Amino acid sequence: MRALLEVRNLQVRFAVRRRGILGPRSYLRAVDDVSFTVATGETMAIVGESGSGKTTAALAIARLVNAAGGSVSLEGEELLGLKGEDLRRVRSKVQFIFQDPYSALDPRRRAEALVREPLDALTDRSPEVKQQIVAELFAAAGLHPEQLRLFPHQFSGGQRQRIGIARALATRPKLVICDEPVSALDVAVQAQILNLLRRLQTEYGLTYLFISHDLGVVQHMSDHVAVMYMGRIVEYADRIRLFNRPQHPYTAALLSAVPSIDMSKRSRRERILIPGDPPDPVNLPQGCRFANRCPIARDICTSREPALIEIEAGHSAACHFPGELALQESRHQSS
Amino acid sequence: MSLLRVRNLRIELRTRDGVAPVIDDLGFDLAEGEAISLVGESGCGKSMTALGIMGLLPQQIGSIASGSIEFDGEELVGASERRMREIRGNEISMIFQEPMTSLNPVYTVGEQIAEVLRAHQNLSRSAAWNAAGDLLDAVRIPNPRSRLADYPFQMSGGQRQRVMIAIALACRPKILIADEPTTALDVTVQAQIFDLLRDLRRETGTSIILITHDMGAVAEMADRMIVMYAGRTAEIGPVDALISHPRHPYTRGLISCVPHIQVPLTETRDELTEVGGVVPSLSEFGADACLFASRCVHRTDECDSRRPGPIAFGPDHTADCWHAEAL
Repeated sequence: MRALLEVRNLQVRFAVRRRGILGPRSYLRAVDDVSFTVATGETMAIVGESGSGKTTAALAIARLVNAAGGSVSLEGEELLGLKGEDLRRVRSKVQFIFQDPYSALDPRRRAEALVREPLDALTDRSPEVKQQIVAELFAAAGLHPEQLRLFPHQFSGGQRQRIGIARALATRPKLVICDEPVSALDVAVQAQILNLLRRLQTEYGLTYLFISHDLGVVQHMSDHVAVMYMGRIVEYADRIRLFNRPQHPYTAALLSAVPSIDMSKRSRRERILIPGDPPDPVNLPQGCRFANRCPIARDICTSREPALIEIEAGHSAACHFPGELALQESRHQSS
Repeated sequence: MSLLRVRNLRIELRTRDGVAPVIDDLGFDLAEGEAISLVGESGCGKSMTALGIMGLLPQQIGSIASGSIEFDGEELVGASERRMREIRGNEISMIFQEPMTSLNPVYTVGEQIAEVLRAHQNLSRSAAWNAAGDLLDAVRIPNPRSRLADYPFQMSGGQRQRVMIAIALACRPKILIADEPTTALDVTVQAQIFDLLRDLRRETGTSIILITHDMGAVAEMADRMIVMYAGRTAEIGPVDALISHPRHPYTRGLISCVPHIQVPLTETRDELTEVGGVVPSLSEFGADACLFASRCVHRTDECDSRRPGPIAFGPDHTADCWHAEAL
């Protein structure tokens, strides 16, 4: 498949207050040397816990925070250096669906104005065409035409997220970045939004970059998955391989931590415990960033940082001992 | 004998449009050492039930209109505020969803744990401080003695929730109410907190009421569950039975609308089951009809005209649905 988005060695860092005015300036590397490719029409998911850098990476790709280095190219066009009119033109190709539909919508604007706003800001279509697009998207997102004139507070959370989705699709973007699109919604409403996103993907041929911490949701939505930990991608694979044969111990631990409703699996499955907390992101350890919590860490892990290398075609992991933890687990199960 | 016995509980909330029963005819028992779970969407009355038990309903707005809450043989409805203060924190305590906002930012965690012990158990300053150290150790915070002097902002979210648990367990309560204790936490931290709660329950014999919307969490933590909808019991019974054969369409919806982790994962990807519509507004609460009917695919005339009563399936499994037997 053709690559729509190519991210190479993306770096985002935030300056941290220095100690005194003469002290060295230190940086928090929120995204550190991240590379991945998203093919046209697929859903690429980034999973990770809070502070892993998944949202920051997405914001950098959408040019909503500044990257410190690397490259982001959409259909072969480099996005990171763009300015002025060029940037405006590209913004219409990359749109964002935000996590919290309560704070993402301007409370003083009507629903139709909210959906039309990207068209006003990024395109020069005629008012009649805009009106037509808004009406069409309203229907596509499952909202009623009589709701066009309502204000955000008159909608429920799920309906607000539908407005957020319609708004993101207004400029017919190539890439839609969904940042935790359902985590602020009630469980029963989540299914409606997830189904809608998948339906719209087929209908409009959309490519999603899907950010989530919920592995169940990721499993359902994704085609490829990148797992992030402390600003780095630690594992990347297609959905089947990642969930069935995780190679990085962090991925394995993450999977085993998800509570399951299946009784038989619950008793059989051995939970992989990762005690403690992630390291201080300003003073990262020398070796592997996961070493202090890793159940299979050895000497080399605290001295040398593992690179993200391909283990088999299309499956990479950044670990000195890939696959070891998963193997132990399956042996445990069979005994 | 059950430790907590709730019967025909009705909690009313005063709104601009009149009085609405946010809890309507709720009844359940909690045995000593048992863990039950209240499950449902936001607005279904889970937290209201907890606040009612704790005697913490918002004054002037919410009140217990009728029914009884019996704790260890003692009636809590109508108990004096003084008595409730003795019970709260001592016999029944609660942990909340947001460990960030539930701790006081200007006091050290040691002071906040010691405060409970001094208020309820009349310990001296130094004895309370020592006991606080032991509690931090019990909730598995490394270097507990030195962490006592930390302020909440110096701790991670998971550690703060551990501090909340330490405060809640300081007086060895008989019941611990955990209101969405892990919703704000990462999944690996959630697993740590669940392990901790399970161990503490085994060690101290504390009964747990877990409030959540996550069926996975229920399955991991609870023995029995109460599925609530619009202030009413939809279904109540053992966790295993409800998950393997839910009798109420709402329970069914709650289980199947969430994409659960599949092991092993296959190529097939079905559409998620949607529970269409939204929770009814407060003005509709209390109607003599099934409040779930507007979202239900099994709706018949009966559902709109009469409130369904509990239909029993086995000794401790009931579902409030006219069609439960057919499902």
